[in-house]
Amino acid sequence: MSILLERDTRVIVQGITGKMARFHTKDMLAYGTNVVGGVVPGKGGETVEGVPVFNTVEDAVAATGADASLIFVPPPFAADSIMEAADAGIRYCVCITDGIPAQDMIRVKRYMYRYPKDKRMVLTGPNCAGTISPGKAMLGIMPHHIYLPGHVGIVGRSGTLGYEAAAQLKERGIGVSTSVGIGGDPINGSSFRDILEMFEADDDTHVIAMIGEIGGPQEAEAADYIRQHISKPVVAYVAGLTAPKGKTMGHAGAIISAFGESASEKAEILTAVGVTVAENPAEIGKTIAQVMEST
Amino acid sequence: MDIHEYQAKEILSNFGVAVPDGSLAYSPEQAAYRARELGGERWVVKAQVHAGGRGKAGGVKLCNSDIEIQDVSENLFGKKLVTHQTGPEGQGIYRVYVEACVPIERELYLGFVLDRTSQRVMIVASANGGMEIEEISANSPDSLVRATVEPAVGLRAFQCRQIAFKLGFEPGMVQQVVRTLQGCYRAFTELDATMVEVNPLVVTTDNRLIALDAKMTFDDNALFRHPQISELRDKSQEDPRESRAADRGLNYVGLTGNIGCIVNGAGLAMATMDTIKLAGGEPANFLDIGGGATPERVAKAFRLVLSDDNVQAILVNIFAGINRCDWVAEGVVQALKEVETDIPVVVRLAGTNVEAGQKILSQSGLPIIRAGTLNEAAERAVTAWRNDQSQATILRSTS
Repeated sequence: MSILLERDTRVIVQGITGKMARFHTKDMLAYGTNVVGGVVPGKGGETVEGVPVFNTVEDAVAATGADASLIFVPPPFAADSIMEAADAGIRYCVCITDGIPAQDMIRVKRYMYRYPKDKRMVLTGPNCAGTISPGKAMLGIMPHHIYLPGHVGIVGRSGTLGYEAAAQLKERGIGVSTSVGIGGDPINGSSFRDILEMFEADDDTHVIAMIGEIGGPQEAEAADYIRQHISKPVVAYVAGLTAPKGKTMGHAGAIISAFGESASEKAEILTAVGVTVAENPAEIGKTIAQVMEST
Repeated sequence: MDIHEYQAKEILSNFGVAVPDGSLAYSPEQAAYRARELGGERWVVKAQVHAGGRGKAGGVKLCNSDIEIQDVSENLFGKKLVTHQTGPEGQGIYRVYVEACVPIERELYLGFVLDRTSQRVMIVASANGGMEIEEISANSPDSLVRATVEPAVGLRAFQCRQIAFKLGFEPGMVQQVVRTLQGCYRAFTELDATMVEVNPLVVTTDNRLIALDAKMTFDDNALFRHPQISELRDKSQEDPRESRAADRGLNYVGLTGNIGCIVNGAGLAMATMDTIKLAGGEPANFLDIGGGATPERVAKAFRLVLSDDNVQAILVNIFAGINRCDWVAEGVVQALKEVETDIPVVVRLAGTNVEAGQKILSQSGLPIIRAGTLNEAAERAVTAWRNDQSQATILRSTS
């Protein structure tokens, strides 16, 4: 078992007729992901990469039994698409779209909480690279050849920095159980804490790697959760040592605006709860290897 | 995106928040004329810059005559105002706001922010206004009143009343507090703000509740649906390098080091800067070229980084997922052929189409320093920068 995604997970792609979505649908199919359909309003009946397109998520779910969705819809309409997925009974949704207004995400989160916990969709992203369970399936845009199957669970905000970590692991022959991108936006679907909880319960994950960055309270929240609930070893890196205060560093959420939001403060908070913090991003793989050897 | 105080006041006023009578001026003469138009005997002249802490920095002056207003304004216009929020280079003053003086009984703090813990809009208020929120939370944290807003129903009147009574308002004033809070909240949500700050919010001697200062920041991601807010952008208040980058669709933050960075992805860009620092160098900038970068976009990024005179070496770090290494390599080659720089360039490519990318670099005949890993890339960039510097020193001493 892996978290969020299995070989037989039935995937639809919302916004599948766009250029990027087509490209990545093809790539996901080539990886062996069970992509069963796509959704674009008004384009029902067409096919993309041999996959049928539906007008609504509701139609797609009824026809294909889809339980997961990947969203490529442009920012002005993406929040609506996430709510549509939640309403249609999708169990797990990844939103790739970068640039969704924060107030839209507030409404999305509020809407998702209308559903009782056992019926509530899990959302990761927006503004993320997606999720991959190497050797099984991927729901995202990552270069999948850098991931070996294995037992390190990766959770991070940044896409490319996550690739960097996975590539460093591959170089040492270390594999990944699941890698989850939670995205760089201030209001996101799942927090570090949410994913840590899943990794703790997952037998396939032996070590957890957490890749954070400046801004927001989620790394500190995660530290608190790790202290109380996580028995597995955790390795972390927090990007943005050199970031100035009050400037947004690319990700809308990467801005130091309060105490405890700088990289060094977050690293300190994580170290205090027993997390092994790599100071140098070039040494994430090495640090994980050392932790695995000592356990 | 930030806007000026006078713009924030106009917006809040449209949402029912009371503000002092005031008028904008683009010259000292106009400032004096505005005061005569407003009438009264005492005025405040306020430098319009995108930064807080203006009062302590000398950007807010009390005046008793139109002649005094003209004198004071002459000293403000064209100057750079340096506050604790601007950095040492300061912000240029090209507009002043002239306001009628208000008789103040007491000062409060009122702020609306996007709270990332509750994932809602949060109100923060304090009966101790007139200082920065950082000072209030350090000196009198118990004075802070907080409330979050349920997005489905908006800010309710009962919440406003709770806040009003906690702040010690007389029952006769509560309705004004409700009106002010709800006005700010509606402006916040309807215009996609990420921050609304009224500091100070004052009670006048004749029991009126007035926003004496106002600051609003807007969500860049939502500007597409608020063209009237986009129009308020004032490029004179931005770092010229950052404005240029924004106009080209690049994410750039200028810093003070010597090693220029061109990276894809915000997290990797920050990590690259960290590695440079750990290798003994200082990054000159943050730059995320984004996903799907074409050769043209990479070339633009190059020209942008090179336009910073402090840059003495460049590090390109690309881990391609959506991007393709061959495109990036083409962009690097194209840019270097165009700009003819002798600054050392280190390139590290990984991910999609990496072999094709390496081939383009090696066939270009350009003196590009290549690196395989993140560490190698940072170390080579720092070494190249140091060598370049020492060579420059040798050249200077021999000439």
